[in-house]
Amino acid sequence: MERRKFDVAIIGAGGAGMRAALQLSSAGYKVAVLSKVFPTRSHTVAAQGGITAALGNVTEDNWLWHMYDTVKGSDYLGDQDAIEYMCRMGPQVVYEMEHFGLPFSRLENGKIYQRPFGGQSRNFGGDQAARTCAAADRTGHAMLHTLYQRNIQAKTHFFVEFLAIDLVRDAEGRALGVVALDMERGEPLLVEARATLLATGGAGRIFQASTNAFINTGDGLGMASRAGIPLEDMEFWQFHPTGVMGAGVLISEGVRGEGGYLVNGAGERFMERYAPHARDLAGRDVVARAIAIEIHEGRGCGSRKDHVLLKLDHIGKDEILDKLPGIREIALKFAHVDPLEAPIPVVPTAHYMMGGIPTHYRGQVVVPARTGPEEAVPGLYAIGECACVSVHGANRLGGNSLLDLLVFGQAAAEHIVEFLKENPTSPPIPREGPDLALARLARWERREGTERVADVYRDMQGIMQSHCGVFRRAEVLEEGIAKLEEARQRLDRAAIGDHSKVFNTARVEALELENLMEVAFATIRSAAARTESRGAHARDDYPERDDRNWLKHTLAHRDGTIDYKPVRLKPLTVSSFPPKTRTY
Amino acid sequence: MSAIRWRSRRGMLELDIVLARFLDRHEARLSEDETKAYLGLLEYPDAELWDIITGKGEPEAVEKALLELIRMN
Repeated sequence: MERRKFDVAIIGAGGAGMRAALQLSSAGYKVAVLSKVFPTRSHTVAAQGGITAALGNVTEDNWLWHMYDTVKGSDYLGDQDAIEYMCRMGPQVVYEMEHFGLPFSRLENGKIYQRPFGGQSRNFGGDQAARTCAAADRTGHAMLHTLYQRNIQAKTHFFVEFLAIDLVRDAEGRALGVVALDMERGEPLLVEARATLLATGGAGRIFQASTNAFINTGDGLGMASRAGIPLEDMEFWQFHPTGVMGAGVLISEGVRGEGGYLVNGAGERFMERYAPHARDLAGRDVVARAIAIEIHEGRGCGSRKDHVLLKLDHIGKDEILDKLPGIREIALKFAHVDPLEAPIPVVPTAHYMMGGIPTHYRGQVVVPARTGPEEAVPGLYAIGECACVSVHGANRLGGNSLLDLLVFGQAAAEHIVEFLKENPTSPPIPREGPDLALARLARWERREGTERVADVYRDMQGIMQSHCGVFRRAEVLEEGIAKLEEARQRLDRAAIGDHSKVFNTARVEALELENLMEVAFATIRSAAARTESRGAHARDDYPERDDRNWLKHTLAHRDGTIDYKPVRLKPLTVSSFPPKTRTY
Repeated sequence: MSAIRWRSRRGMLELDIVLARFLDRHEARLSEDETKAYLGLLEYPDAELWDIITGKGEPEAVEKALLELIRMN
């Protein structure tokens, strides 16, 4: 097998991976970034909203107010040391991006424009704050392009169209690099590195209805899980209330902001029953749950009663075209309806994974061990959506994910620099080091199989959607676990028809499905175990938050066992924000 | 399967869906020139490619007929 040697191997070239890479390359280290798609086509590009930081350009602001909002938004499951660090660092990382050339939208006085988002307050729950910086509606796109250009200048080495297969570790558990599949040649490559950083993004493709791009298959989570690292808080997935039925493409909250509203199969404006005041503008979790209940109780629309309708034709043609640009194209292309004349079929759609690979606030992966629940894994780091640091806890606030990428991209890079200085050489790779990865590749060379990967993929998504979506209760979840176990056994019996080497996408999709299966199991098992409702995890049979028993993080192991560890309620320098009832 | 399929995997779900539909319908019948033109379009950043497909932007040079086919998906 071909081998290449670097100081640091970074898996994933979204905002997080490229922010860390830039820092390390600029410091003179030899950095490899592996990405299965061209870097600027990473899913960060789809982040439209913006990046939240307490600059105080529009309304008076303070990073401590941002911290309070984030802790409260997390339904008190977020780690307050990490949240303090993120909110305190916010302005610095935004100004750095400005310095790197990110074209932020401006105020008339030349300062960075900031827009108000849900969940942002002044003075610990007071008036609305305007805290989110944006580059028009293309902040993620601008961020990726800026970081990519800077990385090229800093001589970061990109391995483009390389799919990471598995981590390479020694007997003590130290990370020594990664084996990847060069998709163009169909050959494995061993990237040796003194430190390895996972930045592979989300895994929303476990659900049938997902706003995530096809590439979001949780590759880093699969690799961590197979390496024996438990996944943290996987029951917490944010669902957007209005994804287009059957496609997943988002219909922005702006539609409801301009007067659009939801109706059920009887033509009833049902949000009036669930949120008499805010109605269709209630929080994402409230609206998503209301839709799920309407469908579950037989009040959905269409012949299968499996969606509700978002009505906006009453707003008027001119208003729609003027105030909601792009909505008509989306509805025409993906729902095949003209929203000027007919309502859009929508369902709650998986949007963001709050859980992930457990890390401390400087990005190093931590696992339960003899010394306690958070022993660092030498040489292994995770950042961005694939990591659970945990700043989003049970529910993420809009604008906090792009901030998370930058802050922890930088923090992990700083910690890696210290680690590299303390570890000028790395131990040799044991002969059996790449075996796990090579066995995975060899498994898909098998020609006999009774199942098709595409069928298992589709069925897994259906199982997760109906058994572990917005509407969760014990018997539904338990039945889902049994069905998912069957799906996993079918995957064991699957084979692919194409065994060619060059750009064999059938093989890539099979490897991706194995990663999604790891994520799906961790998600549904963690959801079945947590008998309370908190943030995005809503149990119909346990509707209340239960701080006495459940103010703790879930750790789902690959063998099906579940551990817990305490929430870090103590910030770094300020006083703790104790749990309170979350009302808006 | 081929590079053309893989490079149609994008950062935006909207593009994933439209490009996959286009390939499902037309990939087998694309001429060499059309394939080249299509790969050229894939070089555009996601946001610009989406503008081109929804008619808000025009590419510098591409076969009009091919673009119309993609836009129909």
